[in-house]
Amino acid sequence: MIRFDSVTKRYPDGTVAVDDLELVAASGQITVLVGPSGCGKTTSLRMVNRMIEPTSGTIWLDDEDTASMATHELRRRIGYVIQHAGLFPHKTIVDNVATVPFLLGTDKKRARSTAMELLERVGLPAHFAKRYPAQLSGGQQQRVGVARALAADPPVMLMDEPFSAVDPVVREQLQDEFLRLQQDLGKTIVFVTHDIDEAVKLGDQVAVLRVGGHLAQVATPAELLSRPVDAFVAGFVGRDRGYRALGFATAGTLSTRSEPTVATGAPLPTGSDDDWLLAVDGARAPQGWLDMRASAPAGATVTDGLLHRGGTLVTQGGSLRAALDACLSSPSGRGVVVDEGGALVGTITAAEVLELIEAREPEPRT
Amino acid sequence: MATGGGDVIGDVVTWLTDPSHWTDTRFDTGIITQLLAHVRFCAMALLIALAIALPLGLFIGHTDRGRWLVAAANALRALPTVGVLVLLTVIISPQFQGRTDTGFLIPTVIVLVLLAVPPILANTFAGVQNVDPGVRDAASGMGMTGSQVLFRVELPISLPLIFSGVRSAALQLIATATVASYLPLGGLGRFIYDGLAQQDYPQMIGGGVLVAALALLTDLVLATVQRYVVSRGITGRYANERTAVPDSRLAVLPEAEVARG
Repeated sequence: MIRFDSVTKRYPDGTVAVDDLELVAASGQITVLVGPSGCGKTTSLRMVNRMIEPTSGTIWLDDEDTASMATHELRRRIGYVIQHAGLFPHKTIVDNVATVPFLLGTDKKRARSTAMELLERVGLPAHFAKRYPAQLSGGQQQRVGVARALAADPPVMLMDEPFSAVDPVVREQLQDEFLRLQQDLGKTIVFVTHDIDEAVKLGDQVAVLRVGGHLAQVATPAELLSRPVDAFVAGFVGRDRGYRALGFATAGTLSTRSEPTVATGAPLPTGSDDDWLLAVDGARAPQGWLDMRASAPAGATVTDGLLHRGGTLVTQGGSLRAALDACLSSPSGRGVVVDEGGALVGTITAAEVLELIEAREPEPRT
Repeated sequence: MATGGGDVIGDVVTWLTDPSHWTDTRFDTGIITQLLAHVRFCAMALLIALAIALPLGLFIGHTDRGRWLVAAANALRALPTVGVLVLLTVIISPQFQGRTDTGFLIPTVIVLVLLAVPPILANTFAGVQNVDPGVRDAASGMGMTGSQVLFRVELPISLPLIFSGVRSAALQLIATATVASYLPLGGLGRFIYDGLAQQDYPQMIGGGVLVAALALLTDLVLATVQRYVVSRGITGRYANERTAVPDSRLAVLPEAEVARG
């Protein structure tokens, strides 16, 4: 657990970066600090490992006052990941990862073998170990950065916009893998981002800060989206928040209707009573929709080229947002529901999803 | 004109290849002795300059304090070498009487050190300053102490720039050490001064060729040391076959092979 106890950072020129911050980052959870630039989120993070010293107030690491420890010893107990990874260009990947164990005097051989395990854990193949950072892409470097922060198995991790310098596709991948990793490791994490979508996706708890270092609201992502505390938070959380909040509402087991299908590679059926026919592969995984109004030559088979792939899928037990999106994105207007293994369960319509949304428990009064 | 030019080159080659010029005789000091003398004060000056400029550059770069020293050292380059040499000799050499050459050696080495310090200092400082702030931040954020950040991160990353400073200092030393022959100290400058005084141009040019050859050889030695000291992660000479960073030398090969095929 990390506890900010009326922490203030005031610079000599009078600028207040963080103003009387009271915040608890619970053990084993991801606490995201989010806000516009100049809100003091990075300053708050860097005060935890005393890269910046607070002007007043105390930061507690479990029940120890961080100010009472030697800075380098404190920092070796805290994993630290920064925006561009900050890997050491003159060290191999494996030695980069083993940095903190080396500092702690761990036997070199053992430190390296732990580092190899961590590389695998963050999804890097073993032959990357002997490479140098300049040989890796930005996303790969960031994975090494995460592995390096984990190397000494610290209970606490600080992450300062770790995924914001990579392209959106890689970022999403890294976020997903990070969540999976956290499920196994259960670290106490403080994560800084300026991206509210990232905050809502990753955080168990999201702290919104406003310029001047004031804490505006601390809440779970769902609560933040549905009940922003004031106009600033509402504005920062942004548009579509009603729709995005559905991402936190599970749809339960969707009652679907069965859908006629055709297998890919089979002869093209003729004379259907519907405009759209769902194509599935051998494992009954939906492949796309077939437009029956289009004229096809006789004797043609169902090939990839004929399929309309616009529709998203919703997994049975997924969120209402995914269910609604599956309906809205489907050319036939019928959202495709699959099971955990990806095989077709049936379809559902937008009207049915809306009924589920309306049947949700009403907001509790405060 | 053409034959005249040919004659000069031929005469220089003759002077250089004459075995009697290489070893000492009763009347003349040979090339080998002068070469060793030349190397001696260059090496002394380089070592002293390194001992001064390297720690100072690392300190200024790491703490970002005392930047003015780098600028001040650079201003030293403007001093006229021969003038300073004569001045120092006039002051220092009377303190050393007798059969020793210390009275001349000290002023010479001081002059050379003054020349070698600025490039080493400026490059060491620049090397440390140019370390990616993110790398430095990560290093201390993971719990390295100040000196660990300096010696495990900043110094190794600065090595290419430090080496280029040392190499440029060494070249300048070897070229300038000829002024030592202005004093009765020897060195390869002896041949240049004597050749000029005796209008023995093959000897004069031969001396110049020897200085140039020594400079090239020294640079080659330092380049070889650099190759083995600087991390491959920084130079980009990776051992792996497949690299994410394209290597221009490799990129040319397939085309050449296509042309041949």
